[in-house]
Amino acid sequence: MALKIPNALYNQLRRHGEASYPHECCGVLVGEFDEAGGKAVRGVVQCGNTRTDSPANRYRISPSELVRIQREALQAGFDIVGFYHSHPDHPAGWSATDLAEAHWTGCSYVITSVENGRAVQTNSFLLLDQEDAMHFEDEELDIIEQ
Amino acid sequence: MPIKVLISTPLRPYAGKQSVIDVTAKTVGEALSDPVTRHPDLRKHLFSDDGKLRSFVNVYLNDEDIRYLSKDATSVKETDPITIVPSVAGGI
Repeated sequence: MALKIPNALYNQLRRHGEASYPHECCGVLVGEFDEAGGKAVRGVVQCGNTRTDSPANRYRISPSELVRIQREALQAGFDIVGFYHSHPDHPAGWSATDLAEAHWTGCSYVITSVENGRAVQTNSFLLLDQEDAMHFEDEELDIIEQ
Repeated sequence: MPIKVLISTPLRPYAGKQSVIDVTAKTVGEALSDPVTRHPDLRKHLFSDDGKLRSFVNVYLNDEDIRYLSKDATSVKETDPITIVPSVAGGI
């Protein structure tokens, strides 16, 4: 299983990380699930980081933005398939905070490390299971050239 | 005409894989009661053991969080979609 994302959208979410530096950026990945459990990203929706108390190391997407994005995605025949955020001057791996705050089982969580304002590494993690068994697994990021 | 309850991706496995559930209700509480009665597994993902909405679960009536309206007692109309979304947050 992989998360397929067009190159332009991949670059868009990385640029968002650079533009938000030294703060964390965040956004929603809209697309489709396929029969095999893979996902294809059709759109990237930039969101504001509502953790204004600690934006350099925390992010939160406003639920009202999520509601709007989900409604519009469903109307367009798509779905929310994942989320992205950046780790300023920190590796592109999921943190204990990322796992503790993750609730969208089956969705992808894409993380970009941004060092000194430049996007470096981007990784995707698939959230699986529930409650105490909830965990992230590495997920292939399939960048599609267009 | 029924009221539409929009179910987000992670909750669908507990709601018969449906993205939208049609209910008949006069309040948000009634509208949520219908799906969790039909799909008992959904209940524990929305509510804690004491019956309160879990802290990371957000229920919106149109574009308004029901926590800032009249919560379960909030009146609903047929044109008002109800959306259930878990929160999205994290960080280093």
